[in-house]
Amino acid sequence: MADVLTFTDRGIYCPAGDFYIDPWRPVDRALITHGHADHSRWGMRRYLATESAAPVIRHRLGDIALDTIRYGETRRIGGAIVSFHPAGHVPGSAQIRVEVAGQVWVASGDYKTTADGLSEPFEPVRCHAFITECTFGLPVFKWTEEATLKRQMNDWWAANAAAGRTSILGAYALGKAQRLLTSVDASIGPILTHGAVENTNAVLRAQRIALPDTIRVTPDTKIADHPGALVLATPSALGGTWARRFGASSSAFASGWMALRGVRRRRAGDRGFVVSDHADWDGLNDAIKQTGATRIFTTHGYTNAFQKWLSSEGYDAHVVSTEYEGEQLDDSDDTLVDDA
Amino acid sequence: MKDFAALFTRVDETTKTTVKVAALADYLRTAPDDDKLWTVALFSGRRPKRLITAARLREWAAERAALPLWLFEESYGIVGDLAETIALILPDPSTTSDHSLSYWIAELARLSTLDDDARKAGILAAWDSLPTTQRFLFTKLLTGGFRIGVSQKLMTRALAQATGQDEAELTHKLMGNWTPQTTTWHTLIEAHDPTADLSRPYPFYLAYGLEDLNTLGPASDWSAEWKWDGIRGQFILRAGEHHLWSRGEDLMTDRFPELAQLRDYLPDGTVIDAEVLAFRNESPLSFNALQSRIGRKTVPKKLLVESPVVLMAYDLLEDAGQDIRSQPFADRRARLAQIVAAAPDAAPLRLSPAVAFDDWDSLAALRETSRDRHAEGFMLKRLNSPYLAGRKKGDWWKWKIDPLTIDAVMIYAQAGSGRRANLFTDYTFAVWNGNDLIPFTKAYSGLTDAEFRQITAWVRKNTLQKFGPVRQVKPQHVFELAFEGIQASPRHKSGVALRFPRMLRWRHDKPVAEANSLDDLNALLDQYG
Repeated sequence: MADVLTFTDRGIYCPAGDFYIDPWRPVDRALITHGHADHSRWGMRRYLATESAAPVIRHRLGDIALDTIRYGETRRIGGAIVSFHPAGHVPGSAQIRVEVAGQVWVASGDYKTTADGLSEPFEPVRCHAFITECTFGLPVFKWTEEATLKRQMNDWWAANAAAGRTSILGAYALGKAQRLLTSVDASIGPILTHGAVENTNAVLRAQRIALPDTIRVTPDTKIADHPGALVLATPSALGGTWARRFGASSSAFASGWMALRGVRRRRAGDRGFVVSDHADWDGLNDAIKQTGATRIFTTHGYTNAFQKWLSSEGYDAHVVSTEYEGEQLDDSDDTLVDDA
Repeated sequence: MKDFAALFTRVDETTKTTVKVAALADYLRTAPDDDKLWTVALFSGRRPKRLITAARLREWAAERAALPLWLFEESYGIVGDLAETIALILPDPSTTSDHSLSYWIAELARLSTLDDDARKAGILAAWDSLPTTQRFLFTKLLTGGFRIGVSQKLMTRALAQATGQDEAELTHKLMGNWTPQTTTWHTLIEAHDPTADLSRPYPFYLAYGLEDLNTLGPASDWSAEWKWDGIRGQFILRAGEHHLWSRGEDLMTDRFPELAQLRDYLPDGTVIDAEVLAFRNESPLSFNALQSRIGRKTVPKKLLVESPVVLMAYDLLEDAGQDIRSQPFADRRARLAQIVAAAPDAAPLRLSPAVAFDDWDSLAALRETSRDRHAEGFMLKRLNSPYLAGRKKGDWWKWKIDPLTIDAVMIYAQAGSGRRANLFTDYTFAVWNGNDLIPFTKAYSGLTDAEFRQITAWVRKNTLQKFGPVRQVKPQHVFELAFEGIQASPRHKSGVALRFPRMLRWRHDKPVAEANSLDDLNALLDQYG
């Protein structure tokens, strides 16, 4: 039997339906898992994404031919039946289920198995073959529990506010920043945002996702008007000239990479909070187990080690080469929002 | 251990020196004496004896975490620190404990007397009772190298704040080969008897690289010596015993047995600052000759003959049992010259010659001959300067010759570990040999973080092949590499090995075709090898 999905130099391809999933070169029909730049690219003739992912994708890619689909809704494309299921990565993110002649494959894009209070919670989908990321596919990656994480961030912010310091928190403009917004205790002080973060906030608020009040940082912003503020910045703005306007401050970075002390120290901020939009080691293993799949393809992250691990666990596991990047520590993600 | 972990967390969560020092000083005021003593020991490079091999620790941790050993190793490769890898990979503790730092160190000593099964049971029980940070620090005690972002200098500053004692005085007290087992907090810190330990060295005075010759003032205020390419050492002769200390406070007396005869030629109560130099026929040998002696605890006869060493003396710190570091350099040196002159020519002792010069220009011209003399340039010392402790600006300067350089093509990249995890920072470089690129060296340092990030992004998109962690990349980027020396090496494909290679510049302006060739490298080998 032919494979439901194949791996080409343009992206993940379904021969029976003649479409691609998250392609990285221009194609006729693209099914998009979510709006991050390495999964949703410019230049496709037709796009299909979930209703809740669509606003950000439109915001980023402009006037594109974008059709939307609800979670769980099935649609026939050529000889394939496709449906989108929550991936828990960022608002609107999806795993794409593709069924051809009784064979079910799932391309999961990026995913996170724990609920974050913002993204639609991850939903396991039974399948024969599962295409997985493994950005954090090593057993040293274990995420801090949500309640502990909230306490850590709030304590840090409150202590800074009490000492007259501004708290500057670096996080990606789409997803992570909004998740942090809904996690922190907004009663501690005002929340200021970098333009790239605020642009995404605006898009999400327009689709009726509830976020606490925020104040956009402009060239005229005076920090003296916002004592005890928390500033949500993009990673690249942290430590640069943009951040200097806030005077006495403490900086922190929120990323899964903060689990590693060496990386935390390299970022040279004061604090690192271990928080990611991706699954940790246990999350990846649980997710894979729950699919019931026997064939696993690892697309990005610690692909070789993770494939070897899965093989030792009895899976028919393979590494495939893609252009997905997962959670990057150092590359600026500002391209996410074009007018940032 | 809880308090020690809290101290570590406070120090680790900040990049500000003042905050680190304040946290340490708080701890050194309030902790029990035994814990303070161990803390000072750990932060001055004295760790408990390694009782359990790293290999056993890996096995036990992997087994406890129910993971294959190769996956543990893979993780360790990314994390870059064994203790951290173990702390992260183990399941959460199932019990609790509340013991002091010195309790755990004593517990480790106790375990070391037991058999392997009992040791394992003891370590697993400890791991299972400690939360992540304490577990990390406990394991750090087992794995050696207790580097956690606190230098001895910072610790000494904090100790000065906590005890009200003078920092320089404390620096001296902390020198030498004491351990928490051989002394007490009172004897080491509180008692005032600096001569208690006859082997105790003085803190080394270290120089910065010269920034601007024009700031030095008149040449007549200065003394110049060749900067020798050996190992810095402090030779101590007190009460008939001699000791040789390295700059890193390693006792290297036994590695250079030929220096023992100096006991017969030097007056008692003499401390000399010098370079240990491979030397024959009144001429320094290359650093390679000395290299064969470094790291050897005992020296075979053959090596003593092939690579004999001398003490190339350049300063006198103690004369007739008196600390004379506050006297002017010119006076110390005059006395040193007398002492050296009194020793016979056959003694392995030389006075590092003062280089005569009338003005800076003539000295600059002489400096160009450094490589021919197996020297790295000049040391400039102000004639009226005292001997200070640590790295200080103003009175002593290194005026090194420019390194050798070559333009090379990056052909392989590998991710670093620890601070550099998930950045491609370790590169292999090649030069042209006809139409082929021949790898000849690796280099890891010299670029800015921003440049490493840029290259990392580029490597991800320009990988031709993966060999495990190593990526072969498109030969596209040229770097100017600097190095201190070059020698023939039959073990390398290129036939050469470089000393201390690093990246000087990313040559964006240079196309790959214009990188240097193997012939260029061989020309350097002929000239300087």
